Amino acid sequence: MVKKLEKVDVVVVGTGWAGGIVSAELAKAGYKVVALERGGNKEREDYTGVKDELRFTNRFEMMQNLSPETITSRNTLEEIALPVRTRHEMMAGTDLGGGSVHWAGATYRFMPYDFEIYSKTVERYGKKKIPEGMMLQDWGITYADFEKYYDRFEKTAGISGERDPFGEERSNDYPNPPMMESPAISLFKEASKQLGYHPYQVPSGNLSQTYENPDGEVLNQCMFCSYCTQYGCDFGAKSDPLVTVIPTAKKTGNFEVRTDSYVRRVLYEGGKAKGVLYVDTNTGLEYEQPADVVVLAAFTFTNNRLLLLSTIGQPYNPKTRKGVIGRNFNGQFNVTFLGARGFFNKRKFNLYMGAGALGGALSDFAGDNFDHTNLNFINGGGIELRQYGDAAIASNHVPKGTPRWGAEFKEKSILYTNRNLVVWYTPAIMSWWHNYLDLDPTYKDEFNDPLLRITNKYTDQDRTIAKFGVQKSKEIMEQMGADIIDEDVVPEEFDHIYQGGHYAGGVVMGADPATSAVNNYLQMWDVDNLFVVGGSAFPHFGGHHPTATIGALAYRASEGIEKYLKNGGGQLAEGKRKIFQA
Amino acid sequence: MTDKPSDTNGKEGLSRRQFLKNSGLVAGGVVGGSLFGGLLTNQFQKKTVPNKKDMANLQDARMFFSRKEDFDILSAATERIFPKNDNGPGAIELGVPYFIDKQLAGSWGMNAKDYMRGPFTQNLQAQGYQDSKRNQDNQGPNTATQSPTPTPRYQTRLNRSEIFIIGLRKFDSVSQEKFGMKFVEATGDQQDEMLHMFEDNKINLTGIEAQTFFNLLLQTTIEGAYADPLYGGNKEMMGWKMKEYPGPRMGYMNQIEEKEFIIMDQESLKDYQTYG
Repeated sequence: MVKKLEKVDVVVVGTGWAGGIVSAELAKAGYKVVALERGGNKEREDYTGVKDELRFTNRFEMMQNLSPETITSRNTLEEIALPVRTRHEMMAGTDLGGGSVHWAGATYRFMPYDFEIYSKTVERYGKKKIPEGMMLQDWGITYADFEKYYDRFEKTAGISGERDPFGEERSNDYPNPPMMESPAISLFKEASKQLGYHPYQVPSGNLSQTYENPDGEVLNQCMFCSYCTQYGCDFGAKSDPLVTVIPTAKKTGNFEVRTDSYVRRVLYEGGKAKGVLYVDTNTGLEYEQPADVVVLAAFTFTNNRLLLLSTIGQPYNPKTRKGVIGRNFNGQFNVTFLGARGFFNKRKFNLYMGAGALGGALSDFAGDNFDHTNLNFINGGGIELRQYGDAAIASNHVPKGTPRWGAEFKEKSILYTNRNLVVWYTPAIMSWWHNYLDLDPTYKDEFNDPLLRITNKYTDQDRTIAKFGVQKSKEIMEQMGADIIDEDVVPEEFDHIYQGGHYAGGVVMGADPATSAVNNYLQMWDVDNLFVVGGSAFPHFGGHHPTATIGALAYRASEGIEKYLKNGGGQLAEGKRKIFQA
Repeated sequence: MTDKPSDTNGKEGLSRRQFLKNSGLVAGGVVGGSLFGGLLTNQFQKKTVPNKKDMANLQDARMFFSRKEDFDILSAATERIFPKNDNGPGAIELGVPYFIDKQLAGSWGMNAKDYMRGPFTQNLQAQGYQDSKRNQDNQGPNTATQSPTPTPRYQTRLNRSEIFIIGLRKFDSVSQEKFGMKFVEATGDQQDEMLHMFEDNKINLTGIEAQTFFNLLLQTTIEGAYADPLYGGNKEMMGWKMKEYPGPRMGYMNQIEEKEFIIMDQESLKDYQTYG
């Protein structure tokens, strides 16, 4: 028996940055909002005094329990996908605040080039530059029109940073000054400058000073304690939904969050979303939550899966390359964070100190900042040196050729604990016709619903851009004076490891309903009162970390939802196809 | 518990409260109820005052491994992986075998938060010559699990604690076959040779790749050397001392720009939770 609850204005699935921002904005505007979170209830106190590497980094305390549901994965259409069974292989955040609580805090914007990547690539290099099968498309909005949403997000989150010398236009500086510079970062920056590059401090969601955001939420100054990435912050000094948008939403009195609530379907009838069906995982009871607007703001995997399970929108078919749901799967994989590790025999660094987004970066090889005429790839990426601060299990890097165990390993791993640094490249990942999401024919969740299946393989673009990044990283590491430099090996094929938490696409935004599922307000073309917010909207993955773009998209979507509710319905954007039809 | 606290209030006995107080176990988070209860029961049945040395390491008892033989193989293998040397103590002195024992007894050892639904199908790319429909539920051995081939890695129906039992017992049978003696009786070099055979996947195990087992053994050995002492390894923070790792601290705002390397005394999570 499904119990039908009282209708609300907006029901939001997910409570990370995307769901948290949408909830806060609409609750502030006076609408009744209910947010549903599959994980448990958490407060800041849950992350205070629990600096335990094994629990959080090695046993994945803050990641989804895969026992009831996971994904399956394969490389090609011909293969049988196998489930990704352990949390070593799959990291998706859970509990109130979602993956936005355990994030590192690196808060880059995507580049103007990314938003108009098709047009700008053709303009500079001609159509021939685009390889067959690459699903290159503009995002349906320009950077210039999107900039104000980045600015909103940076102010809400209190981002600490300085202008990227290569940077795009900004309406304002970051709300807080950049983080302090450790000697390792200084070394990276000096070497980069000597090579003629333009380093700057990574824009950070770890705060450089105490800050009150425009909603009146106060965030503390970062202490560089190192328990940051994969942890919740001990001090409320890392910007996350628990210290910003969720309390903001609660203060309005218009917001209710229900944790341990696992959404199984979007209820859909006569071209409209009616609400969602969810299970209270504590009792097993099923509820129907009706709403005027349904917002899917969960992780990429869940946004896609819920649309596919609810049979909303046309699923993508790789054979015909038609359909939109599940199209353009992209993300950061094991070709992404490759570079060069340097071992220093005469110098020690305080590597047990750090913060998630503490680091130096440069954009000389990002986007289309450099000429691609003679290169066999498009787009680019950031180069970074990060000082996360490693605890003792993580800091066991040894030069290549060292045995993995035994006396020599022990000796070298102890010697180099505080004597190694890594410089890496974060290349953009483009979308391809053969990389997509659909439902698995074999594997099921605890309710007997099919799991989401990922089909993903690498192309020459991926391998070439990664090799390019490894070489650039190595040159910088040489300039930094490392005694031993180990280059990363670029893998031939995707290894089905979903550890980085940055997976995107499948419900992509755009101006053409034939190639996008949502318009530039993240409103579905097919269903006016259904908005799908998050990384799932990325048509490709830019050459930087995704969070700022997801936050900005959530502000854009919130504006759209408010418009929709005020207008009393209707499409907020004109699709190209509709223009042709008229 | 079978004993009532009053039974232990004799001349030589200690009250339960006193016992807990002296041993410092009251605040210990990791000691599970069953082990805790068992220890107390045994101590009180003997009606002797435990000597100080034993009191310090009451966590050093087997929680998961029922056979001492299995545990001894584990101890020997971890010591080869992380041996005592000039840097400092090895796996045994650091309590690594007990750390692993406790991990296997808990949710991680039982794969409680992993997807463990079937079918557990063979991976086509790793085992291309075999029938693609072959199903591990029915057929058992030699399924590709963790391997360098492009495959989702953990594809066995065994949980981690079962994998350890199978793997450790295989050490003994390989040792018998190859050297005519138990694994723990073999020389260090011989033990290394066998460890390499597992690492290189040259051994056939039931339901799991030898390499997967070896990688688990390696991972947990390193974890046991360096995890917070609350889990039973990294005894007296000796692992952290070797690495000059200070343990969890409030922060380093005043040190982050410092050019010189700073050596600090070690503090554990217990210190952090007690004193901040």
